[in-house]
Amino acid sequence: MPHPPPPLPEDLRLLEAEAVSILRETAAAFRKPVLLYSIGKDSGVLLHLARRAFHPGPLPFPLLHIDTGWKFREMIAFRDETVRRLGVELIVHRNEEGAARGIDPVRSGSALHTRVMKTEALRQALDRHGFDAAIGGARRDEEKSRAKERIFSIRSPGHGWNPRDQRPEPWRLYNTRLQPGETVRVFPLSNWTELDVWRYVAARRLPVVPLYFAAERPVVRRSGTLIMVDDERLPLDPGEVPERLRVRFRTLGCYPLTGAIPSGAATVEEIIAEMRASRSSERQGRLIDGDEPAAMERKKREGYF
Amino acid sequence: MDSPASGGPERSTGHGLLRVLTCGSVDDGKSTLIGRLLHDAGLVPDDQLEQVRRDSRGRVEQDGEIDFSLLVDGLEAEREQGITIDLAYRFFATSRRSFIVADAPGHEQYTRNMATGASAASLALLLVDARKGLLTQTRRHSVICSLMGIRHIVLAVNKMDLAGFGEAVFDAILRDYRAFAAPLGFTTVTAIPLSARAGDNVVHRSARMPWYGGPTLLEHLEAVEPGEGDRAAAPLRFLVEWVARPAASDTDFRGLSGSVLSGRVAAGDRVTVWPAGTPARVARIVTLEGEPEEARAGDAVTLVLEEAVDAARGDLLSGAGAGAGDAPEVADQFAAHLLWMGEEPMIPGRSYLLRSGARWMPATVTALRHVLNVETLEHGAAATLGLNAVGLCNLSTAAPLAFDAYAANRDTGSFILVDRFTSRTVGAGMIRHPLRRAANLHRQELAVSAAERAGIKRQRPAVLWFTGLPGAGKSTVANRVERRLHALGHHTMLLDGDNVRLGLNRDLGFTDADRVENIRRAGEVARLMTEAGLIVLCAFIAPFRAEREMVRALFAEGSFMEIFVDTPLAECQRRDPKGLYAKARAGSLRNVTGIDSPYEPPQAPELRLDTLAEDADRLADRVVEALRVRGIAGA
Repeated sequence: MPHPPPPLPEDLRLLEAEAVSILRETAAAFRKPVLLYSIGKDSGVLLHLARRAFHPGPLPFPLLHIDTGWKFREMIAFRDETVRRLGVELIVHRNEEGAARGIDPVRSGSALHTRVMKTEALRQALDRHGFDAAIGGARRDEEKSRAKERIFSIRSPGHGWNPRDQRPEPWRLYNTRLQPGETVRVFPLSNWTELDVWRYVAARRLPVVPLYFAAERPVVRRSGTLIMVDDERLPLDPGEVPERLRVRFRTLGCYPLTGAIPSGAATVEEIIAEMRASRSSERQGRLIDGDEPAAMERKKREGYF
Repeated sequence: MDSPASGGPERSTGHGLLRVLTCGSVDDGKSTLIGRLLHDAGLVPDDQLEQVRRDSRGRVEQDGEIDFSLLVDGLEAEREQGITIDLAYRFFATSRRSFIVADAPGHEQYTRNMATGASAASLALLLVDARKGLLTQTRRHSVICSLMGIRHIVLAVNKMDLAGFGEAVFDAILRDYRAFAAPLGFTTVTAIPLSARAGDNVVHRSARMPWYGGPTLLEHLEAVEPGEGDRAAAPLRFLVEWVARPAASDTDFRGLSGSVLSGRVAAGDRVTVWPAGTPARVARIVTLEGEPEEARAGDAVTLVLEEAVDAARGDLLSGAGAGAGDAPEVADQFAAHLLWMGEEPMIPGRSYLLRSGARWMPATVTALRHVLNVETLEHGAAATLGLNAVGLCNLSTAAPLAFDAYAANRDTGSFILVDRFTSRTVGAGMIRHPLRRAANLHRQELAVSAAERAGIKRQRPAVLWFTGLPGAGKSTVANRVERRLHALGHHTMLLDGDNVRLGLNRDLGFTDADRVENIRRAGEVARLMTEAGLIVLCAFIAPFRAEREMVRALFAEGSFMEIFVDTPLAECQRRDPKGLYAKARAGSLRNVTGIDSPYEPPQAPELRLDTLAEDADRLADRVVEALRVRGIAGA
């Protein structure tokens, strides 16, 4: 007889149940859903909630990873280990045309790289496989335009988002009916905060990519940001020598675009303690948000997650 | 308070999660208040604050001051116009409680977004501008909060700095509000004088209003008891969201995965599956983390029943206790308050899709009993519900629904209506009670079946529905088709729009609402006639797709044929057999289809007749041929 689950704090219990319910709704209401798995902590929580929603049955949808080719090596290793451990189906998609054109985050710049290797790649993958619902781990507390987004967010044919024309979602009654060519993005973690995610990781003892924990890593300082030298593809300026600093990451993306923070937090509990004392926001290290005013809203209108 | 308030695991021992809605009229300072609250509680990260400080330049008079509304108004259009268009959700936690704040727009045109926020909230923070007092939107939002089941109001009297911090101003507003809100049934109304811009009484007590002895806004939000927390003490309602399929290793496994909406359920409990009313017993409760003895309101679990009962997604489980109050209502007709969210008005008789719990089904509003004046609370008469209007309606669903009164359970007493053609959410409903006639009317089984009546006539009954603009040639073609069918020995009847309006439907006019009712009755008559075994020809303009689909749904697949008499408007006007277009042009006739009333052409009719290409006899031959192909006539 398995042990009963450890009791969750009351607010997490409600957030967990809400997310589980949304995942079941997605599986039941759409023809071909997919779970966007980006390997980070939110994805990890989402994957756990999905397994929880359909236990003891298998996941009724595959995982999709949009690989830009520039993820940290430890992320890819963690991804492959997770897929093996849980026996889930994973689709990896890369925008091969973009890669062939030589788009990369260092020389092309973050804006072009993101548009081609993430936004366009996602649209390609959804179209190619005919997915009509894409589940993602985005949260409303991440960014102001995300704070405005519905849990079931309709995308017009071509994946555009019209923030001024969203369906109301009273109670928990989601309108899941699509017009021809429309797709939907589903955000089960909408009402979670960054801290909720870590508290949940702690409560359910979920594995996360080791990059979240402080360790000595080779980094260079660039315009106030600490960039980790993850492989030889990062061009060093003349005279630039990577230094070894004790750092960790609050979010994970393409390594040349993701700033590390100096930290001594080596466990989930220490991360939670550090976060309570922190004075800066989660995405502060994400270079792509600062591309232009309302950068995220515009990216989303173009089909970025 | 310089360090961020903590939100660690210990907060669960505090007051749990509070869902708050902020509402009130535009420019009363809702976004500014939330921004100020977050800032003064130390919950705004430095980099976001720096960004807002930069964006504030030129927007506030004093350089270096912060426009706190920029912390929450995130859309480009909102920042351009300085207004809130859509709900923003904000999350924060203090050492005592965690909060989800839905910041609602104030403009009347976005009332539906405000109502969406209200549907999930336990407490409403209602802003009033101290200089202006109660406004139309203050009252409108209060009424919607009351309808949506919010029982706690914080009346935030804002901009006290611009009203001289006067106690008399505050007292007068509070008196006005208590008088207005008395019939709305709020459990608590707590008024707090404050200034969101300057920060008085938001987090820090104001020295400028020594006459105020109550709590600051944050103190009150941390301490208030919503008094609805004990959903676990209510009767069991378990919504089936998914039927867990047998895993490869356990082929006998069949679990009902769902949410405990209220009450508790434990292994060994007797339950009933609704709407069927099937009894069963819970064998065990399954989760990924193990098998708990019990699940309570808020839990998402999987129930395994001892019996192999038929239970599907959308079904509702209740306890099977002796108390009759344990069971939900089951009916296909009920009364409900409906908040209309559609650009097109709600029309009684039109078919919409209703979603309740995890079920979808066609539904119609059978009667609009009254419209609520949300400023005076008076009941008025109306034929339709326009955007943002609230009415008390009778609804009829295509299948029985298990539900509770909204006042007893928000989850099982609520529904949305969706337009069948645009898929937009057009209505939000709160059920009041089942209609007794739903329980007392039962379809009577007849001794002679429809098939027997048709058999004696040696034919297959069907409906031929001719639709098109006035003057398109519907009646002309229908008459010739009927002649031919009669000659072939078929028993027929022709229902012509004008003739029906002279008799059965003489009480109906030509408004959209009356046109819908006209078609509904014609469809019902046609259905009775097919049950009598007849081939029924109907010549009606039937301008709306929704109604033609509603009629189609009355008949078995293949026995309803939509025949589109497709004549261009210019040609119909040229023919004008009844002189309608001439009258419309002269301004003596209104609501003429094609002129000042819309016509929605069929998208996939069974048959399309081109009256410009062929004459009426050829077209009638075509119809008869189509019937022959379908085995309906002339076999």
